[in-house]
Amino acid sequence: MLTLREVTVTFDGRPAVDDVSLELPDGEVLAVLGPSGCGKSTLLRVIAGLEPLDAGSVAWDGEDVSRVPTHRRGFALMFQDGQLFDHLTVARNVGYALRLRRVPDPDRRVADLLDLVGLPTYGERLPGTLSGGERQRVALARSLAVEPRLLLLDEPLSALDAGLRERLAGDLRAILETAGTTALLVTHDHEEAFAVADRLAVMRSGRIVQQGPISDVWRRPVDAETALFLGYAVVLEGDAATRLLGAAGAPASPAVALRRSALAVADDGPLRGRVVSSRLTPDQVRLRLDVPGLGELDAVAGLDTHAGPGDEVAVRVDGSRLAPIAGD
Amino acid sequence: MNRRLLGLLALALVPVVVLGVFFVLPVSGMLALGLRPDGVLDPGAVVEVLTRSRTGRVLGFTLWSAAAATACAVVLGLPAAYVLHRTTFPLRRVLRAALLVPFVLPTVVVGVAFRQLLRDGGPLGVLGLDGTPVAIVLGLVFFNVAVVVRVVGGAWEALDGRAGQAAATLGASPAQVFRTVTVPALRPAIVSAATVVFLFCATAFGIVLTLGGTRYATVETEIYLLTVQVFDLPAAAALSILQLVVVVGLLVLAQRARAVAPVPRAPARPRRLGRSDGVPVAVTLLLLAFVAIPIGSLVAGSLRVDDGWSLANYAALGTTGDREALQVTVTQALANSLRTAVDATWMAVGTGLLVAVVVTRRSRTAAERRVRGALDGFFMLPLGVSAVTLGFGLLITLDEPPLDLRDSPLLVPVAQALVALPLVVRTLVPVLSGIDDRQRQAAASLGAGPLRSVLTVDLPVLWKPLLAGAGFAFAASLGEFGATSFLAREDFPTLPLVIFRLLGHPGELNYGMALAASVLLASTTAVVMLLVERLRVASVGAF
Repeated sequence: MLTLREVTVTFDGRPAVDDVSLELPDGEVLAVLGPSGCGKSTLLRVIAGLEPLDAGSVAWDGEDVSRVPTHRRGFALMFQDGQLFDHLTVARNVGYALRLRRVPDPDRRVADLLDLVGLPTYGERLPGTLSGGERQRVALARSLAVEPRLLLLDEPLSALDAGLRERLAGDLRAILETAGTTALLVTHDHEEAFAVADRLAVMRSGRIVQQGPISDVWRRPVDAETALFLGYAVVLEGDAATRLLGAAGAPASPAVALRRSALAVADDGPLRGRVVSSRLTPDQVRLRLDVPGLGELDAVAGLDTHAGPGDEVAVRVDGSRLAPIAGD
Repeated sequence: MNRRLLGLLALALVPVVVLGVFFVLPVSGMLALGLRPDGVLDPGAVVEVLTRSRTGRVLGFTLWSAAAATACAVVLGLPAAYVLHRTTFPLRRVLRAALLVPFVLPTVVVGVAFRQLLRDGGPLGVLGLDGTPVAIVLGLVFFNVAVVVRVVGGAWEALDGRAGQAAATLGASPAQVFRTVTVPALRPAIVSAATVVFLFCATAFGIVLTLGGTRYATVETEIYLLTVQVFDLPAAAALSILQLVVVVGLLVLAQRARAVAPVPRAPARPRRLGRSDGVPVAVTLLLLAFVAIPIGSLVAGSLRVDDGWSLANYAALGTTGDREALQVTVTQALANSLRTAVDATWMAVGTGLLVAVVVTRRSRTAAERRVRGALDGFFMLPLGVSAVTLGFGLLITLDEPPLDLRDSPLLVPVAQALVALPLVVRTLVPVLSGIDDRQRQAAASLGAGPLRSVLTVDLPVLWKPLLAGAGFAFAASLGEFGATSFLAREDFPTLPLVIFRLLGHPGELNYGMALAASVLLASTTAVVMLLVERLRVASVGAF
């Protein structure tokens, strides 16, 4: 189990990581989610031992490893761009750590790992000839080769294009599960976090503002900014929140975050609004509605509705697409 | 033949003609003179020369001394490259500039400094190294170690630190990271530096001549002796051919090894010096001492007259020496040197700029790429071809109309410019090839004409390297000895020639003046190089 206690790192007097405490039980995958520049990569480098910490401690199974040099920690770090060794073949890259440790019969293990990441015939290729996705797979296999007690992933998928990212995220999840690896990934992309992780920690300006099982964080964001970062479209407060929650039949709360699809056009809906604009997508029609007392909100409608700008429509509120936010 | 290729050839025309007339013609003229003494090609003579036992000894000594000096330069240079380019401490830039000074020191000055240090009664005379091969190797190392520090240091500085970090997180200890990640990444730079150093050592002239005399001859000094003293031109030509073959081979090797200018993706921040850097720091200090001691003893020696301190040697620089050793005063020779260097500089920079532009423009077709590759190699040739062959060749081929330049004041600058040309090209090429062609395309798409886009995109990046290259060429031409010794007119000698001349004349005052003149020449070059270093152009001294 990885335990971080009150970890602080300062650059030129400014805290990059500020009093961060985290726990990661064995076998789980934790995603640290935050905007760029929030200090999440620094946090990762601190755990790997690549960045000295100014205060606090990093411990594994209760043993403080803060002073242990990187290569003795047994934490493998997978870089954003893979950082494959360009002068070595794919097989040599994957077997790199095995050879360092003089593990007997490394070739066999390398072949198994290349199978695991779906590149069984790539052993003799050079990294320069691989696509971005292939490089990341090789980097993953290389990191898994030594069966690290903790795998650290620095935005593993962000350098890839959208379709590939989605596919690889699923693969990554499956591979980590198969290998039973404890892993910590940092990312700025909430969808990547959802696809791969069990637990989520939201980081902002060097601090962890919320952490827990991924569904808990998702359903109860701690504040408006977190909600928006988790992909909620808008946050309503005060009277507007009360009205909307009332219309949804949900208990009152000082603030509420709405998904883009929280409002749906329905003839028997309790709220009415005027269409500002509408846009056709393959699955549904997306509308902007001006709802009196609530302001301009997103809504969806079936493909058979033909509401144009200026029309008035009735909408209902989908309670499962709301997240109440407790006040500060 | 499309328009692009034509444009390329037009641009390449000037440097090709310059190099053709002032380099290929003289060198081949020299070879022809040796190979066809009576107008008939006689390859048997070449074979005869190459099978002489003296030739074997000379070649053996050349290879041995160059290999030994290269090995020492690499061993001393690598730790210094690390300390000076990968860590940070006060005075780092000054030390970097100081280590570059020996490379541009005139070879004659280096020879004088080592003799002053090692001769009987000199500060290190007890070692008994004067006139031994060890002294020659030490001189070569002193001269060339800067190349290793520069080339490898530059590559090391641009190395992405994260590859090493990735290895560390996979369990590699610092030593293992160095062996399995850092060294392979630096290998092209190390091979390239070693090749160039070997090349310089194997064709060294001034150092070997002043330190080895006639007892220890290398191919280069042997060519000089055969040409000037023995007048055995066929033998000289045969040795020149041998040298040319070896040099071209090495240049090809260097070209292969020279990695495409590394793109610094995320260059590591230099670290503070720490306790774990003990060994590299110790080697760097040793190297600094090795560089400082000969220079120190040279300066000290120039201030000694009759066992006392005095400026008399410097005061005598306004004279022609004891018993009229010289035709002009030393100060007059310095003025000659400066004037010659100015001319050589504009020639080298002008030609070098054209060459750099030609070889770095992006190729669209394989044929175009081959043409550029061939040109790139072609313009590197002066780096390794015997300056003696070049000088003597210029003398014998440019002596009749329409190219009667024998008495032209431009002949010496032309020869020096050719020697400095590769230095200028190597300084500019990495910078020019580092400019993304899309920048020019972006400028063009915003409405900038070709000239305007050069002003917007190329000039801001290029002016500093251009100045640095000019300074480098200026310094190199100030110290040029091999070719100049053939071409300079008796009444218009340059400072290195005057120093060599003073050394050859008996008399305490003449020797003292040689030391003082060496200090004068060395400090002039050092000032130029310090100015160049202030421009902070990474590619200066890179090959």
